[in-house]
Amino acid sequence: MQNKKINKGYKLLIGAVIDEPGSSEKNKTGSWRTFIPIIDQEKCIKCGICWMDCPDMAIKKNADGTFAIDYAFCKGCGICAKQCPTKVISMKLEGK
Amino acid sequence: MIAGLPEEEYFSSGHRACAGCGEILAVRHALKASGKNTIAVMATGCMEVVSTPYPESSWKVPWVHGAFENHPAIASGIDAALKALGKRDKINLLVFGGDGAYFDIGFQALSGALERGHKATYICTDDEAYMNTGVQRSGATPPFGATTTSPAGKKIHGKQQAKKPLPLIVAAHGIRYVATASVSNIQDYYKKVQKALATEGPSFIHVFTPCPTGWYYDSADTIEIARLAVECRFQPIYEIENGALKFTSKIENPKPVAEYLQKQGRFKHLGKEETEFVQKYVDERYNFLLELEKQKKAFDVLL
Repeated sequence: MQNKKINKGYKLLIGAVIDEPGSSEKNKTGSWRTFIPIIDQEKCIKCGICWMDCPDMAIKKNADGTFAIDYAFCKGCGICAKQCPTKVISMKLEGK
Repeated sequence: MIAGLPEEEYFSSGHRACAGCGEILAVRHALKASGKNTIAVMATGCMEVVSTPYPESSWKVPWVHGAFENHPAIASGIDAALKALGKRDKINLLVFGGDGAYFDIGFQALSGALERGHKATYICTDDEAYMNTGVQRSGATPPFGATTTSPAGKKIHGKQQAKKPLPLIVAAHGIRYVATASVSNIQDYYKKVQKALATEGPSFIHVFTPCPTGWYYDSADTIEIARLAVECRFQPIYEIENGALKFTSKIENPKPVAEYLQKQGRFKHLGKEETEFVQKYVDERYNFLLELEKQKKAFDVLL
């Protein structure tokens, strides 16, 4: 396939095909956030409900079984804090 | 595995969906159920716009965009091509569309593809209006739901018509697996997608996905609202397998519908009488489904 450079250095492929899967990861949506979720790791029971209900795939499981929030993508919707069965995730107003 | 779901993600972060989007959860977990050998076809709508702003894509599986009115036809073509290549058994075909795509504009294409019997799993992510273009009423908007084209005015209070019973209409095409699900019970939805993929011929899943932007509620409440909709019988959860309708979570002691309605801005104009009307509407429809369940093989003759 012939590539053609267009504005901003994007390669325009035939049929406007996007040849890089999952490339939206370049777009850090963390800047959308107003409230920031914080997990209290000591009280967390590691059930994974926050991970399951996150619409931004911003909660990752660590090798030791704990969960961490990827603040680069978290939009601060607050679903994790609301759904957490042990209420160990708190939403705090984020200072800039 | 976490909470019974695989860890591998096939839909990536950085998409432009609003905070607290319910539809993303439906797409994300359907892809988990389907795995990496999947081709996804998607109609126009929120999910298409937020997941593929050129030149980026949130999809980690091959993905084709179709218009509202032809995406099941594209899926039919893919099914035929896979058959010709002898790869049909190895690759899953998921077809996504919103309520606009399946209840309204894409309905003829869906109906045609079901009638031709192409093997594909159609997933309707239902947020009860055209959210992508700014909340216009659709065939899925419930009675009295306020949208920009069915506003809550002084004389007319939101949408005046009923919601189309799409899963039943689809089941009447004689397909072998139709199910409804909700993002409040992801494990149940995940199992239903797996079951749909294993079905012979076409299969259809209607998944209830609340939308904070269009329904006017706090983004943190998405799962809560979806759960309330199930618990007050507003969204019945059942499956129609080989012609037999069976509830997968039957609500014995329903909460009052008012509890569900009061949580959302789109119903805030409702008075006592209208709330009672919605309660009656919900009860009648649920009882109708209970009757169908009693008949055991309600759709058998259509298979």
